[in-house]
Amino acid sequence: MTGALACTAAEMMTVAAARALTDDDVCFVGIGLPSAACNLARLTHAPRLRLIYESGTVETRPDVLPLSIGDGELHDTALTTVSVPEIFGYWLQGGRIGVGFLGGAQVDRFGNLNSTVIGPYGSPSVRLPGGGGAPEIATGCGRIYIIMPHTRRAFVERLDFVTSLGHGPTGRERRALGIATEGPALLVTDLCMMKPDPDTKAFEVVSLHPGVTRETVREQTGWALRFASQVGETPPPTSVELDTLRDLQARTARAHGASTGAVPVRGRA
Amino acid sequence: MLRLDEAIARFVTPGNRVALEGFTHLIPFAAGHEIIRQRIAGLTLIRMTPDLLYDQMIGAGCANRLVFSWGGNPGVGALPRFRDAVEHGWPHPLEIEEHSHAAMAHAYAAGAAGLPCAIFRGYLGSDLPRVNPNIRTVTCPFTGETLASVPAIRPDVTIIHAQQADRDGNVLIDGIVGVQKEAALAASHAIVTVEEIVDRFQAYGRSAVILPSWTIAAVVHAPGGARPSYAHGYYGRDNAFYAGWDAIAKDRDTFRAWLQEHVQ
Repeated sequence: MTGALACTAAEMMTVAAARALTDDDVCFVGIGLPSAACNLARLTHAPRLRLIYESGTVETRPDVLPLSIGDGELHDTALTTVSVPEIFGYWLQGGRIGVGFLGGAQVDRFGNLNSTVIGPYGSPSVRLPGGGGAPEIATGCGRIYIIMPHTRRAFVERLDFVTSLGHGPTGRERRALGIATEGPALLVTDLCMMKPDPDTKAFEVVSLHPGVTRETVREQTGWALRFASQVGETPPPTSVELDTLRDLQARTARAHGASTGAVPVRGRA
Repeated sequence: MLRLDEAIARFVTPGNRVALEGFTHLIPFAAGHEIIRQRIAGLTLIRMTPDLLYDQMIGAGCANRLVFSWGGNPGVGALPRFRDAVEHGWPHPLEIEEHSHAAMAHAYAAGAAGLPCAIFRGYLGSDLPRVNPNIRTVTCPFTGETLASVPAIRPDVTIIHAQQADRDGNVLIDGIVGVQKEAALAASHAIVTVEEIVDRFQAYGRSAVILPSWTIAAVVHAPGGARPSYAHGYYGRDNAFYAGWDAIAKDRDTFRAWLQEHVQ
């Protein structure tokens, strides 16, 4: 990567995703890359960003990134904590969440995601964790941002399984299903940023991260990739963005490295 | 109030539909381990996030069916014993009924409310309804909207872990409360393991849930009963154990050795 600030591709991806969030957003956050991006945004340009995790924690402001979706840190720093049926009922289905952040094992050009199986469902070669909150996040949030490392294995022509709907197998299914929400609006990878073409809804590259070529992105994409008429360069991370992200990750590593020393007890009381 | 071994022996029988709930927080590990020790098999295990506990119970051979919505090791990766059961049928084949979180959360609430099914807006455009015949649709009689429907979850037994019970057997759950209230009220019998028995509940947090004693079949004093998950106000999550689980569980022999040493 060029420029004064050397950073990793993963850091560039997280910073680029964080920039998509604004002070006015209410965001449904998943664990991992989405959680890092959302908290980076909150700690830099979007201090009022409201984060909601599916464990029921509303307006949470964790000091360290949670390892799991229901870490105590999320409750301790939340405005309020509600039950899981309530978070999916009143908050997500109720249409109160503007942005959902998703990832998966596979994505196609229309932003449909697979987090269920590789291979046939009945005899999978890899059984993945499954959908969790994603099927309803994908249609219940106002719009969806996808964040995923860019590899040919993950960016596929055809998904093995549609766990959560993007713009559908042909790009036109949301309207046919009567879905009023926007669907995938942004795809952030460690190589580039993509947005859907307004007509076809197929994702196309709108900016390349510093030092990344069109050829590299093409090689890592399993569909016939298109580039927008104007392709810019993603601005590299600022020192504030990079320092804040690294501090957050260092705090997180220190916190999670500390075991309570407990092994499961036999529990004979 | 019963001892843990008594409560499990009395209420959990082979072939039951059993839910051990707790969303990252308050996962009833001690009770699950007692089910493993009593070699209760043929269970339908129900849980939104199977987590390490169901990985252990599946690997130990307790389950022949799993109803779930997210089967991973949160923030770490896969559940090796769950994967081995689905991909290779070890220790025996595991039938799965797969949902989304929203579906299971609404299905528990429907169970608690005594309804036959849950109705919600979900699964739109997903392949899950094609592989799970229990995901169906209903038409709203007022608007004509097509909505998703799944059967209510009505476990024979729900087991949860809580911070406190008082002397009368009422139960206090504080912190991230997950789906435990609904899961307990949906069940024919609810067993609650607790960190502490107190004379009366002191001040508690904003999200706290109280389950009256008459909704619970058995209260069991089991300090540390949620480890390696956590109990808000008592102990933190043992993240190192979660991070190290793959090394223990990815191999059948090391898993069995661990089970032998720490559970059986």
